[in-house]
Parts: sequence; structure tokens; C-alpha cells
Amino acid sequence: MTVQAIDKKSEAETALAGAFEAMKGKGASALRQASWEFFARKGLPTRRVEAWHYTDLRASLRSVAPLGAPGAITLPPATDGRLRLVVADGAFRPELSDVAALPAGVELSSLADVLAKDDAAVLAALGLPENAGADAVVALNAALMQDGVVLRVAPATEVAKTIEILLLSTGGEARSSFTRSLVLVGDGAKARIVETSLALTPSGAQENHVLAFSIGAGAEVEHIADIGPQSESAIRLFSLLVTAQAKAVFKSLGFIEGGGLVRRQIFARLAGEEASVALDGVSLLGGKHHADTTLVVEHAAANCKSRERFRSVLDGQSTGVFQGKVVVRPGAQKTDGSMQSRALLLSENATMNNKPELEIFADDVVCGHGATCGRLDADQLFYLVARGLPKHEAEALLIEGFAGEIIEAIGEEAARDVYFERIRSWLANRGDGK
Amino acid sequence: MAARQETVARVEEIDVDAYKYGFTTDIESEKAPKGLSEDIVRFISAKKNEPEWLTEWRLEAYRRWLTMEEPKWARVDYPPIDYQDLYYYSAPKSTPGPKSLDEVDPELLRTYEKLGIPLREQEALAGVEQRKVAVDAVFDSVSVATTFREELSKAGVIFCPISEAVREHPELVRKYLGSVVPVTDNFYATLNSAVFSDGSFVYIPPGVRCPMELSTYFRINEKNTGQFERTLIIADADSYVSYLEGCTAPKRDENQLHAAVVELVALDDAEIKYSTVQNWYPGDSEGKGGIYNFVTKRGDCRGKNSHISWTQVETGSAVTWKYPSCILRGDNSQGEFYSIAVSNGYQQVDSGTKMIHLGKNTKSRIISKGISAGNSQNTYRGQVSAHRKAEGARNFTNCDSLLIGDKCGAHTVPYLESKNASAVFEHEATTSKISEDQLFYCMQRGLSEEEATALIVNGFVRDVLQKLPMEFAVEAQKLIAVSLEGSVG
Repeated sequence: MTVQAIDKKSEAETALAGAFEAMKGKGASALRQASWEFFARKGLPTRRVEAWHYTDLRASLRSVAPLGAPGAITLPPATDGRLRLVVADGAFRPELSDVAALPAGVELSSLADVLAKDDAAVLAALGLPENAGADAVVALNAALMQDGVVLRVAPATEVAKTIEILLLSTGGEARSSFTRSLVLVGDGAKARIVETSLALTPSGAQENHVLAFSIGAGAEVEHIADIGPQSESAIRLFSLLVTAQAKAVFKSLGFIEGGGLVRRQIFARLAGEEASVALDGVSLLGGKHHADTTLVVEHAAANCKSRERFRSVLDGQSTGVFQGKVVVRPGAQKTDGSMQSRALLLSENATMNNKPELEIFADDVVCGHGATCGRLDADQLFYLVARGLPKHEAEALLIEGFAGEIIEAIGEEAARDVYFERIRSWLANRGDGK
Repeated sequence: MAARQETVARVEEIDVDAYKYGFTTDIESEKAPKGLSEDIVRFISAKKNEPEWLTEWRLEAYRRWLTMEEPKWARVDYPPIDYQDLYYYSAPKSTPGPKSLDEVDPELLRTYEKLGIPLREQEALAGVEQRKVAVDAVFDSVSVATTFREELSKAGVIFCPISEAVREHPELVRKYLGSVVPVTDNFYATLNSAVFSDGSFVYIPPGVRCPMELSTYFRINEKNTGQFERTLIIADADSYVSYLEGCTAPKRDENQLHAAVVELVALDDAEIKYSTVQNWYPGDSEGKGGIYNFVTKRGDCRGKNSHISWTQVETGSAVTWKYPSCILRGDNSQGEFYSIAVSNGYQQVDSGTKMIHLGKNTKSRIISKGISAGNSQNTYRGQVSAHRKAEGARNFTNCDSLLIGDKCGAHTVPYLESKNASAVFEHEATTSKISEDQLFYCMQRGLSEEEATALIVNGFVRDVLQKLPMEFAVEAQKLIAVSLEGSVG
């Protein structure tokens, strides 16, 4: 296979080639090689790539931070009732994780181990799902993946505790990391997985995380991607790949709280009949944050249902992006799809870009989308101020209601409180929007 | 029940091949040699006795075009076009610019008669007030007749072929040509700038309400020709004009290119209403032949309180690539876009609009109805953007798609970009098929499935049809029924 060189490699692209040389011997060499060749052909995405229309990664990623080993780590206290798996700066750290506490029916390995053994079943699941195949960032991750966790939930197992994959950035000197985690959920099993991106100290970290779910028939998975604050120079890319078999249920909430450049992309494929996905999101942005949520929901089987609800709150000079695409393949009759993206602009200099798309190749479907963009409703604000609330508090109340609608759908009760609290403290810290 | 009966009658009378305008006119034409080069550009310019500045303008566009690439982002798929295998200029030989209708080749007049386009200025019958429509008829690369010019000129309205305007009103043409769609705008617009042939020029002086509907009728006749018309409409302060264009072409096995540019300029308090009934030959039931309709249409609401409204009924063309847009530059200006796009057979439509909010308190409204049937693909692609200074901008977008049959596709690709907190954008879209309940209800009352479908479709597109001038609304309604012929069952 010949690799067609792109016209002129950017400095970052050249540095990534160096990183690939370092990683290519670390297992799964065929997958790495094919993925690298794909990436090398495409290069880093620019605005000319339709799926990256509002986020120019090639321009943002000027140079590549080194792949680095973390130093000593002091972990923050764990959330009650959660089992924690720590992946720090690209390496799984079993000694910091609740490995022993994992219940029966849940099997854990580190990705690095699995890759070293060339485990065929896992490699097959790691191969690019069809609908994410054209994305250069997912391919880059496959070429450079360092570590991550592989969780297998046995069929019909109900995992009572929430399993948290803690993607930790230790900070200090800026580092690059490429993690890939895989969750294989057997038929009829139930699990709750939280993926938390946490910076111990803010840094210009460059992270590329992939989390892939393969959800068996009738299984139920609830997922939260908690993308916490980070430095304005950080670049974090999160790709969520989901394949849902017949009657599987997948729910996911993305909670994005700022950070330089955040791109969250979701490729969900409804592969079996009567499967359903519900994707929600809340973004709270200020400063010069740029947060992009791009998702593709592919209805590949009949009688499936998808729901997407996203809320963006934009302050300062931040930019929010929502690109949602619902694809209904030929034969996916009786599809029920609905997508909604709403944005609140709190400051004169904030920007919101919405691109909800429908791509429909079957006739017996009901699909719709709605998108709105505007500022706080003056009448509502007036109503509250007239009742004696200071303007700032009145605004906070309305914003909390706007984002809170999504938070209320979280199944895990403790988590609901956590996110309401996070919204409140974000509001308290935002100043008066000037 | 007249409307219902009409729909039923219309559906009944259609035979297998529904395109009525597919005949050819046997007429000798004069063509430029095949292909495109600087010489051809000079040839076209010389044919039209153009001044030096316009020849240079064209040549500059041509040189620029050579460096450009064909856009590939639209959801349409067609074999590469050989731009050297086209005739860029073709004119009926017999009419070296007729002065009156009596000099027009009778064969041409018959053609327009068959198409149902009135070129004779009917005298108003005693006691009967008839609405008049002035027509500019463009046949391949030239305008063959323009009616009611005298009556219009009494009101100060200029309505003439653009090649004539270049000679008669150079100051206006020079001031506005390319000011909305720059020469370098996009591949097809640049090509058009280099080789544009005829089209209409309209100027409405300040304070004038144009006394009648203006309309241009485009006909492609000759084989292997491309049509590159250019339309420029200027509504000066506080004026109003309603303009309609229609288009047809013969049935041919080959694909023909139509790359037009339309520029609208609305100054302070002016209003332009632009309606299109596009019925180019869509190709046969196998997807062979048909027109490639690659059109750049843009309106500039340059003055405060100006208003531009696009209404389009798109039923023809094999491939459509068309985004009539509004630049809302003046404060309080308004843009509207109403569209019905019907695709059947192997047609591919990628159409929509752009609303660029630059001024304060600008408003826009988009209503788009897409109907896809057969093996067609129908895409709505639209952009709404508010810039930093577009204080109080407001947009409402509604795009609905209807699918008839399981082999077609309907797609919606809206871009909403807001850089102003006080801008309020709302967008909603739905896609569905005709509901079983609706069909059942109609059929239970004695309509056949086809009649019921036609009735429901007419209801689906009613919002948009109402925006068309009355005469054309009737025509458009019939056209939609015809286009969907054979799509049920």
C-alpha cells in the first residue's frame, strides 16, 4: 500500500510521525500501521473537513507535547459508591485503582497487556467501527494508543456500583497522551460507567481519548463523560464509539466545563432492532474556551430510537459548537429520531455554531431536530428581578433551570447532586459576564 | 371542490412520460466554436458589442476560473463535466436583435406559444381588467423578445436584456454588476462571469412601484450548449418589484449545463420579490440526460428597511446546486426564503439558502419543503449567521421533508452561526412519510391512492405556494402533481 503524502506536513504532523515510530512496536502492529497510514493520508483535520467545520485542529495543534511518564500522584478523594480505575497521563495505574473491589462478572485488563498479547477478540473490537472510520483523530488514537482499560461485563450481570475511569492529567510540564478503553457489555447485562477527565494541576496537556462500548442484546449502559476544567492551552479530544445490539439501551451525558479546546465526538451505531440511545450534553463555557460536540447516530436497523438533547451556556469569548447528524440507513424503517440543541449566549463576544443534520434513506421514519440560540429571556428575567432577586441571581436561576433539565435525567442520584453543585459553583464564579 | 377536481384531472391526464416541454425547436443557430478559451470569451464579448471594460472583466474572470476547482461538498454525484466539450454561445440565426415582435422568427414564437408563454402583448379587453406580465424570453444565449417595454418605461422602469443594458445604461451596469456576487465568488459564478450571455436587467427608480409583474423565460434548445444567463435587478430607494423566472429545456440524452448568476440589490425601503418556477428537463426515468443546474443567486439588502424575498418551486433538473441567499446589510432589513423542492426519478437536489445578518434588527424567515420520491436524493442545506454587530437579529427556519417510497433520500444540513448574544435563532426540521392515517382518511372518502397523495402533498406545500404570485401558484401546483406522477405504488 502506498501512502500518499499530503502536500506539506505541519510541524505537529511531523512530530506525530516521530511518536508513531516510538509506539509502533507495542502490539497490534497491523492495526497501528493501517491506522497510521490512514491518518498520514488525511493529516490533522482542518475546517475543510466537513465534520471539523468549526474546529481547526491543525491550526490549534501547533506543536506536539512529548509522551511522558507521570510523576508521583496524590489522588483526590473518590466519589462515594464508585469504583475507580486510574489512567494517569496515558498509563493505567492498577496500584491506584480499586481493582480488587471489582464485582464478580466484571473482568479487567489493561490495554497495554492486551495489546502485548495480541488478543484477537479485543483487537477485532478495537478495529475502527464503520461509522468512525473516516475520522482522523480516532485513527491517530489507534496508531498511537498507549494504554487504557478493557472491561468485560459477563452476560446478565448487573453491576451495582458505578465504575469510574479516571483520566488523570498530572500537570506541570505539558504532555501528550493517547488512551483507548474498551467496555464489552454482554447480553442482558447492566452497567454504569463514568469517564472523568481531571487535571491535578492545569497544563497545556494534549489528550486523545477513545472509549468504545460494545453493548450486547438487551443490555443497558449508562455513561457520563465528565470533562472538567483545564488550562486554556490544553487540547482534549474525546471519542465515544458505541455499537448497540438489539434492544440494547445506551444513555450518555457529556458534562463539559471549559478548558482550552475540547472536542467530544460520538459515533453511535444502532445495529440491532429496537435498540435505543439517548445522548445528552451540558457545556458551561467562559474565557476563551472552545468546546465542540459532534455526533453521528447511525440507525442501521429498524425500530430503533434515538434522542439527543444538548444545552450550551456560553460566557466570555467562548465558542460552542454542536454538530449532530442522524443517519437512517436504507431499511431502517420505523426509526424514531429527535435531536435538540439549545444555546444561551451570556456575553457579547460568545459564539455558537449549530449544525444539526438529518440524512435519511428510509421512508417510514419520524425524525426531527430543533436548534435555538439566543440570550436569556428578558421577560423571565424581569419577572424574577421584579420579585426582588438581584439580576445576577435571577440569571443564575434561569441558567440553572436551562442546564438542569438535562442533569435531572441522570440515573445515579449522587451524581445529580454533584452536577447541580458544579453548575452552581460555575455560575458563582462567572462574575457578571463582563 | 374545484381545487380537488383540478388535482384529480391533472393526475389523470398525465401519461407515462410527464415532461411536457421536452420538444425541440428546429431552428438554425449560430454558435461559437466548441470549447472555452480567451478567444471564445472575446468572441462572446464581441458578439454583444461590449465595451472594453466588460471584455477585460470577463477575461479576468476567465483567468481566475482556470485556477479554481469545482466544488465537491454538495450531496450530488455526477460524472465530471468536460468544459471543453460545450458550446458557450448559441443564438438563433434569424434574429439579429429584433426590434419588434413581428421580426421574431415565427418558429420561435410558436415555441413560446407551445410553452404557454405570452409574447404578444394582449390588448386589454374592453371592461375586463387583466393582470399584465412583462416577459423577457431568453433562447439559448440570447434574449429574443421583451414585452411591454414601452409601458414600463413610462413608469421609469428599465426592463431589458442585460446585453442591451450594457450598451444603454453602462453606468448602472458598471456600478452594480458583480457587486453582490463577486467575480471570484465560486467556480460556477466565475465561469458565468467569463462567458455569461443573456439575461434580464431590471432597474426600478426611486419611489416607483413596478406596474406589472416582470418575468423572464429561459429556454435551452441547442445540443451541447451551456446556458449562462446573468440577471441583475436593482430596486432603488422605496421601490417595489415582483419578478418571476421560468425555465424549460428539450429532452436530450446528454446532460446540459446551466450556470446562472442572479444579483439583486435593494436600497433603502425597497422590496424585491423574486420567484422561480424551475422546470428544466429532469432526465428520463432511468436517470439519463437532464440539466445540471448550478446557480448562484444572491440578494443584497443594502439599504435600511429593505426586503428581499425568494420563492422557488424546483421540480426539474437532473442535478440542482442552488442557494438563493440574502445579505442583510441594512438595519431592519428582511430576508425571506420559501422553497418547494420536488425530486423524483434519479434527480438530485442540493438546495437551500443563506441568511447573513450584518445589520441591526435584521429578520429572516426560511420555509423549506422537500419532497423526494423514486430514487431521488433531496438535500436542504442552509446557513444562518449573525455577525457581531447584528444586534437583535432574528431568524426562524422550518424545513420539512416528505419521503414517498423507500429508495429515495431526504437530508437536512443547516448551519446556524451566532456571534451575537441578542440574536435569536430558531430552527426546526422534520422528516416523515405521508401518514397512513391521512391516506386512509382520504381514500376512505373515495380518492385513489394517487389522488390522495397529490392532495396531501398540496397541503404540505401550501405555505410556500401562497407566497407565489397567483397565476404561478396554480401552475406550480400542477407542476408538483406532474413531478410526482408514478411515485406511488
